[in-house]
Amino acid sequence: MEGSLNLVGLGLAAIGPGVGIGLIFAAFISGVARQPEARGNLQSIAILGFVLAEALFIITVALAFVL
Amino acid sequence: MSATLIPAIISAAEGGDGEFVPPGPSSFDLPPIDGLGDVTKPMLLVVLSAIIIIGFTVLSSRKAAVVPGRLQFAGEAVYGFVRNSLARDNIGAEHYMKFVPYLFSLFLFILVNNYYGVIPFLQFPSFSRIGFIVPLALITWLLYIGAGVYAHGPVGYLKHATMPGGITGPILLLLVPLEFISNILVRPFTLTLRLFGNMFAGHLLLILFATGGAALLTSGNIGYGVVGVLSFGLGIAVSFLEMLVMFLQAYVFTLLASMYIGEALADEH
Repeated sequence: MEGSLNLVGLGLAAIGPGVGIGLIFAAFISGVARQPEARGNLQSIAILGFVLAEALFIITVALAFVL
Repeated sequence: MSATLIPAIISAAEGGDGEFVPPGPSSFDLPPIDGLGDVTKPMLLVVLSAIIIIGFTVLSSRKAAVVPGRLQFAGEAVYGFVRNSLARDNIGAEHYMKFVPYLFSLFLFILVNNYYGVIPFLQFPSFSRIGFIVPLALITWLLYIGAGVYAHGPVGYLKHATMPGGITGPILLLLVPLEFISNILVRPFTLTLRLFGNMFAGHLLLILFATGGAALLTSGNIGYGVVGVLSFGLGIAVSFLEMLVMFLQAYVFTLLASMYIGEALADEH
């Protein structure tokens, strides 16, 4: 087995944002199902939340290759 | 996927000792183009993107008519999207028009440069090189801090950015440094890293599926060949995912820029 332990950490770091993004879009879907007319407002909020949760993982991607 | 990869595919497929070399960060170090000195492919792509954007906006607005033609309609749709759903909703109806030119060019610039990743023969998202993103993030940083200083004065803006309203007492000792770090120091870094990381990881994934598929297909083993076809299929699926991500990152960069500006301009409540 060859490779960098960093990449194992990268895989582990994907778990947290994965769960977080799932929760965000689950809340978005149930929000739209309850109140379809609020879709426009909810969409930008959901994408914002998605991006902020994803940022954690993206920082890890950068660090995994840098360190 | 890029100019260096064609030899990489061949060497991965034929490889002196038949060894497959997986793509890594070194796949993004493109050699200078022959006869142009130190100019590399991403530099040319960035210049090309400026030409594309200027051409598109000039052509779509040159013959402006009350009943828009196709090109004018497309231009107005992009402009209207940035102006209404990004700038006006986040900055507020009073000040937003001053920032629309910057946000509009930022959005188009990132969008075109990201989509280079899936355009045949270009196939290199120039923003997977971090150096091109740092100036964008710095300009955005200076712009929102400048807007805040213009609206509240230097001390007023510092207070506005670091002291959340309605909080008093010793908790401020904890809160002010945290707010300062998150609102002023970290923002340009996250802006840069988010766009860079998405473009870098996405392009790496595409390279991996393409070169890995080629290496498996040419390995001569029938079982590996089947997996190679699967790898190409997944590469196509990931390309569609990447197209979504490329649009989303341009949208998100502009959205965050306008949110930061709107926050800096907001009045105390």
